[in-house]
Amino acid sequence: MLEIRNLHASINGKEILKGINLTINDGEIHAVMGTNGAGKSTLSNVIVGNPAYEVTEGEIIFNGQDILEMSTEERANAGIFLSFQHPVEIPGVSMTNFMRAAVNARYKAQGREPLSAGDFLKLMREKRKIVELDNKLTSRSVNEGFSGGEKKRNEIFQMAMLEPTFCILDETDSGLDVDALRIVAEGFNKLRKPETSAIVITHYQRLLDYLKPDVVHILIDGRIIKTGGPELALEIDGKGFADYVAQ
Amino acid sequence: MKNNQYIDFYTQVRDTIAQRSCTLMNAHREEVLRVFSEQGFPSKKVERYKYTDVAQDFAPDYGIQLSASAAERTEFCCSVREADIDLTPYYNNIADRQDSIVALNTMLAVDALLIHVPRNIRAKHPIQINNVLKGKQDTMVNRRILVIMEEGSQADIIITDHAVDHQQFLTNQVIEVHCADNSHLNLYEIEETNLMCTRYSNVFIREGRDCSVRHTVLTLFNGHTRNACRVEMTGENSEAILNGCVIADKMQRVDNNTVIRHMVPNCQSRELYKYVLDDSAVGAFAGMILVDKGAQKTSSSMTNANLCSTRQARMFTQPMLEIYADDVKCSHGSTVGQMNDQALFYMRQRGISLSEARLLLKSAFITEVIDSIPLEALRDRLHLIVDKRMRGELSKCEGCKLC
Amino acid sequence: MEDITREFVNKDYEYGFHTDVHTEIIEKGLNEDVVRLISEKKGEPDWLLEFRLQAFRNWQTQKQPSWAHLDMPQIDYQDISYYADPTASAKKDGPKEIDPELMKTFDKLGIPLEERMALAGVAVDAVMDSVSVKTTFQEKLKEKGIIFCSISEAVKNHPDLVREYLGTVVPYRDNYFAALNSAVFSDGSFVYIPKGVRCPMELSTYFRINAMGTGQFERTLIVCDDDAYVSYLEGCTAPMRDENQLHAAIVEIVVKDRAEVKYSTVQNWYPGDKDGKGGVLNLVTKRGHLRGVDSRLSWTQVETGSAITWKYPSCILSGDGSQAEFYSVAVTNNHQQADTGTKMIHIGRNTKSTIISKGISAGKSQNSYRGLVKVGANAEGARNYSSCDSLLLGSSCGAHTFPYMDIHNDTAIVEHEATTSKISEEQLFYCQQRGISTEDAVSLIVNGYAKDVINKLPMEFAVEAQKLLGVSLEGSVG
Repeated sequence: MLEIRNLHASINGKEILKGINLTINDGEIHAVMGTNGAGKSTLSNVIVGNPAYEVTEGEIIFNGQDILEMSTEERANAGIFLSFQHPVEIPGVSMTNFMRAAVNARYKAQGREPLSAGDFLKLMREKRKIVELDNKLTSRSVNEGFSGGEKKRNEIFQMAMLEPTFCILDETDSGLDVDALRIVAEGFNKLRKPETSAIVITHYQRLLDYLKPDVVHILIDGRIIKTGGPELALEIDGKGFADYVAQ
Repeated sequence: MKNNQYIDFYTQVRDTIAQRSCTLMNAHREEVLRVFSEQGFPSKKVERYKYTDVAQDFAPDYGIQLSASAAERTEFCCSVREADIDLTPYYNNIADRQDSIVALNTMLAVDALLIHVPRNIRAKHPIQINNVLKGKQDTMVNRRILVIMEEGSQADIIITDHAVDHQQFLTNQVIEVHCADNSHLNLYEIEETNLMCTRYSNVFIREGRDCSVRHTVLTLFNGHTRNACRVEMTGENSEAILNGCVIADKMQRVDNNTVIRHMVPNCQSRELYKYVLDDSAVGAFAGMILVDKGAQKTSSSMTNANLCSTRQARMFTQPMLEIYADDVKCSHGSTVGQMNDQALFYMRQRGISLSEARLLLKSAFITEVIDSIPLEALRDRLHLIVDKRMRGELSKCEGCKLC
Repeated sequence: MEDITREFVNKDYEYGFHTDVHTEIIEKGLNEDVVRLISEKKGEPDWLLEFRLQAFRNWQTQKQPSWAHLDMPQIDYQDISYYADPTASAKKDGPKEIDPELMKTFDKLGIPLEERMALAGVAVDAVMDSVSVKTTFQEKLKEKGIIFCSISEAVKNHPDLVREYLGTVVPYRDNYFAALNSAVFSDGSFVYIPKGVRCPMELSTYFRINAMGTGQFERTLIVCDDDAYVSYLEGCTAPMRDENQLHAAIVEIVVKDRAEVKYSTVQNWYPGDKDGKGGVLNLVTKRGHLRGVDSRLSWTQVETGSAITWKYPSCILSGDGSQAEFYSVAVTNNHQQADTGTKMIHIGRNTKSTIISKGISAGKSQNSYRGLVKVGANAEGARNYSSCDSLLLGSSCGAHTFPYMDIHNDTAIVEHEATTSKISEEQLFYCQQRGISTEDAVSLIVNGYAKDVINKLPMEFAVEAQKLLGVSLEGSVG
């Protein structure tokens, strides 16, 4: 599904990613763990094409196609979804209008007719239940006045609406209490199709307990320095990164 | 001087005007002729006309409409000629007599519309006045409206401007609003004309005590527009809210000029004007909050925020405070900027195209003004119109049967 | 609050004394002959006389501006003497001697002209009336190639430099008072910092009006070449007189590639008495041209004096990446009037400007901020932040804000905010409850309010400015 080769990227002239190689097959979940500032968020931003980041070397192949030349929205409509670590507040733009624009763009990319207003609202209602998102939240402006937990649930709700094939969860668990974490994680599992792949960026094992990664990577200083199975995450959860940072 | 054409015209037709009009209005004509003859059109050196080329806007050889109003008498509206009360204390009383544009209106207006809401009466339905500009030749219209809100009255007034024909139209409007104690007024002005229309509007509002007045002016489609609004707060515990939004592109020009004068203590005023400028549009906002000596406990805020989308678009903004009392809380802020890159990125990640994302942000930017409108039906309708306007689908006025 | 007002005692203007020194004053009046006479007295070259005459002819075609929020008294330009030289008698005796009375005067003002007594790290050009009395540390600065002297000396010794830059930032036709100054300017300072030199000491000019019935028309020109740096301070006082004294100055600053200039002013001209009689009319054009890439200019001003202040230190940001700042505290009390602010003209790409203005009005005074932020069509990425606050002490004063913004570039971000409020009774009470006298509490609060600006001043000036703020507001709070 996704293949990253020798990826170098920088922001404001400072190199953050220093040669990332990563292959994710259909249906796999990869966890990326690492210290703060290691480049985890940069990696997710570069995959989805945040214009603030500059790719200086390497390639990202998504379903056989090099996506580096594609715009952010083209990548999104190809099925890549990022659950943001810090979802931005957009005052004045209602969730409904926002989602409607996104869903219609997706449909258009797929060559489908846009949804009627009635069908769209029905879809909203349906998907909202998956993450137990309050009706009131969808009538407000995007992320405005949402609590931390609500913002994260809102991200998963949007994922439900857009049905991506490849998801990046960027610290979707941070700041969530146990119940909220369960709702978000179970929501993700419910939405996930057998072929859906994901990168899960996290500091903690507790999210991985729900999501059950196939592969775990350790990212330190812009490079993946170790790759292993689920046991690697358990090891990190117990001992932290000290062993790896020392290297 | 081009203003000669107006003086010449008036001297030729003064008898016709006098005949068709009424004593109330005729009583002022000679005085304003003198003011207009002496001053002519204000140049850009006159501070409050700094951003508008008046002489140029009035230069074309317009046919001047001299017929009396065709509006039918309704519960609250009639021609001043049919008024049941003496209008002498009201007509041309709070309008700025030294302003040439106002003088020109007073000189040439043949009829005036009276909106009169009697004591303790609440107008259940909004009073809507639709002005439709149509004609086979370039035309100047001198529209005059007198609003009298008696003590304890309440009303919503919606004034719309539309243009049917593609001629040059010049509207010179003067509205005088007298709000007696404890009256409450929502006055909306919505302009949806076309590129060939020029609009000059001078609104004068005087508030007594315990009043609330909200004036909302929306310039959705136009050619050249200058809206001036002056509010005098003469009684305590009153409130004045002036809101406005402007969507302008192509070669459109919009100039909003406001003055709120706090003459007594314990009043509040708020202003919010938002502009979205595209192409080669030019926007101007000059707002003044004047707090007289002794007007203690005044609370006032003014915000002007602007979004310029192109290099050619230009915005002038001038938020001013003139304060002669010490126990006041006044603030103003103005910004000119672009769209939030992070928000754009977030939307694009959700698959929304850059152009659509920009559109959503532009609409959202204006939303704050529309959302402040208490009248739900109007609010919903304006959301729709703004959206269409942003998408360039508003080539003619929305829902107007004539167009 | 009104009670508190009365607790204050009025403090006199500290610098209101007059120096009794023989002063050569030319006859009152202004015409081409007077312009020629001034030029002749200063032994100027022909090009400079020509410059003056052009300016004079232009001035005659202009009208005194009336757009400011000021109630300006009628100025009779024919009733002023345009040249007063307190060093005239000394000149006859020998060129190097300075009248001891003059030395004493500057001592009394806290500006010792003996280098051994001088404030550490400050070189001073002392100007009284129309003439520079002495410039200290010239030799030391010369070692680094820095030129610091009176403008008259500069015309004699560095005519090419003066000719290259004079009038290029503020052309004589710029405004009425600029034209007047260009015609009759007397003395002022000239500073040239060569490429790559960081000026090792603060340069300072101290202006003093002494003679009666004269105006002061000083002219300062600062050129900071590539990669150079200078911090320049300006101070001013005048004796107490019943009549208004005219002060129409020009300051021009040229900042080249990566150079930096800091210009600080503590303006304490005589403000007139409690009833608004007398005082200096301070009508000044100050402008810096940031010609070089990544150049920097910062104006800091503490304005406490003058009956009328009409002054807008401005910046033209032509160089790409140039940055300008304007920090101002303007205090008006009694019948003082101030209309002051800045202009930031963004022309180059990625230029940045900051405006912080703090107005404090007391008594029956009127205090206005007037500022322009203009972003030209080619000023990609221009940024401006302006904040203009007004503090009102007493119910008979006025505080006004007139910001103008003209934005012609879609990549610009311009923000302006302003607030007007009165001194907080809660704050006063809190201080008082802790045993601080009302007088000290006001000074404390006002200094806290003005802190952002005061902090920008060099140390010696900051202390001076803090004292001034307290003194200027005495007898005013209500």
